[in-house]
Amino acid sequence: MTATSPSGTTRLNRPNRRRKEALKGLLFIAPAMILVLVLFVFPVLFTAWMSLHKWPLLGEPTWIGLRNYTRMFSDQRFYDALGFTAYYTGIVTVVIFAFAFPMAMLVEQKRRAVPVYRTFFFLPVVVGLASASLLWTWLANIDSGFFSPLMERLGVTSGRVNLLATFDLAFWTIIAMVVWKIAGFTMIILLTGLQSIPAELVEASRIDGAKRLQRFRYLTLPLMRKPLALALVLSVTGSILAFDQFYIMTSGGPQNRMITIVYYIVNQSFVSFNLGYGAALSIAVLVILLVLSVAQLWLLRDKGEQA
Amino acid sequence: MTKARTNFERRRFLGNFAFHGSASVLSLLFLIPFIVAFLASFRRGPEASSPPVPPWPVNGVSFDAYRMLDTFGSGIWQHMLNSLIVSLGTVVLTVVISLLAGYGFSRYRFPLKNVLFVLLMATLMIPFQSILTPLFIMFAKLGLNNSLFGLTLIYVTLQLPFSVFMMRNAFDAVPKEIEEAARVDGVRDVRLLTRVLLPLVMPGVATVAIFAFLNAWNEFLAALILLSSNDKFTLPILMTAVRAGRLGSINWGALQAGVVVMIIPCIIVFLLLQRYYMRGLTAGAVK
Repeated sequence: MTATSPSGTTRLNRPNRRRKEALKGLLFIAPAMILVLVLFVFPVLFTAWMSLHKWPLLGEPTWIGLRNYTRMFSDQRFYDALGFTAYYTGIVTVVIFAFAFPMAMLVEQKRRAVPVYRTFFFLPVVVGLASASLLWTWLANIDSGFFSPLMERLGVTSGRVNLLATFDLAFWTIIAMVVWKIAGFTMIILLTGLQSIPAELVEASRIDGAKRLQRFRYLTLPLMRKPLALALVLSVTGSILAFDQFYIMTSGGPQNRMITIVYYIVNQSFVSFNLGYGAALSIAVLVILLVLSVAQLWLLRDKGEQA
Repeated sequence: MTKARTNFERRRFLGNFAFHGSASVLSLLFLIPFIVAFLASFRRGPEASSPPVPPWPVNGVSFDAYRMLDTFGSGIWQHMLNSLIVSLGTVVLTVVISLLAGYGFSRYRFPLKNVLFVLLMATLMIPFQSILTPLFIMFAKLGLNNSLFGLTLIYVTLQLPFSVFMMRNAFDAVPKEIEEAARVDGVRDVRLLTRVLLPLVMPGVATVAIFAFLNAWNEFLAALILLSSNDKFTLPILMTAVRAGRLGSINWGALQAGVVVMIIPCIIVFLLLQRYYMRGLTAGAVK
């Protein structure tokens, strides 16, 4: 637009101009908002709607009220899936932290070659969980894999052990794979926390005679509250949604004992085609994750800022 | 004097030794699965199903495993192309859309701005696994089932909250004076964005692009559910079919080669753009 008489028109056009600005702003964000509304927000509402129906793959859905939910609460396999998911989440989180914390303290030091070590620890994080699962399926195979034959060759075990045949061995093999894949990620989050602790504080406490363990307990841990909470929540939510590794490595495990909650949704929705029931199960997962998100906000709240 | 000195040096040596010793052992543990798969994938065909002890090719290097891999599904090139189409499509769309949205949220005033931004961020709290069932039905109705384009749209949507957040921060960090100077020169809106501001927010774009690429390249569950015909399979779905023996008996050589093909692009992208990757990670952590 060419400005004919700038001083006169600006005041007259101010509301008009503001409206034009607002319109432009909305146009800029429109593609993102439309995609998220159509492919995320709407499907969430649609899930709730579907969960109130008996919804076959072909043919008309029929309204059945809350019966999918009553079915869910009396479904033993649902409880089994919840139980297994909780068991897996608890154990894998503890093991990840048991590795990630020492690793973070290792790469926090200012020594030669530390960036190289950090990169090596982190490398498995950038490959896909599916790729990692496929790789470890082969490594853990009894006939053609790496671990069992190596153990046998080294004389650790007499004969070969099938790592994926029994529940416990398969479970711990998967835990090992996930720790290998994820520990580097948790390490980086904890590292950002460790690096944010002022060096003068550590120095002062050392001069005051605080022992290494005391420094860790009374200085490091309290100052690490936020990154610790964040790493914890990310690890827990990620584990609750676990699917790839169990689907690829054990197909649900010996005697179907490794069916996680997401795996159960997939089975109900896309194998048995009980889409309505699958939607009800999805709502259950959604509620669990929302509760966790609220817990996260509470854990990460700023304690010192109540005025 | 000298005694104290040697004592100090010995302690430093032991400290260094303990540090580098434990760090090296750990590094090796993290690297071994990669090394074994990489080396083993170059063994001759008949060796592929024997244990990789030692992992390197004993009877000469060969590409048998990769040739074998090419016999599954529609050939490895087709599936690599599928994965590339989806990943690069996700990168381009995510960058363009989040660039526009980040700019809009950072620089314009409009009604409901904060509500819309919070809505966008709130989707991060909802697991996408819980909306797969309705997406499957919606896509069936729209004819987007078994379509790489449909899958790309889902990946873009999943990337958006993080990407818009990154881009808004990137624009917020650009001084307003630069824009005002450009406006005086008559450069506005989209031209201002592409000519003046884009070079300034390039680090943010790099971060957004890396995460979009890696997440789309590696995604498994949505692809597993939406892609139904062999010729559309992305690499993870193809390889899972190979592993499950659904495309003929399990060929371990093909699996080793397939894993290498899936992993190499991730590692290259990460090593080349590590700085931008870490920036994205810590932006999420510090927030």
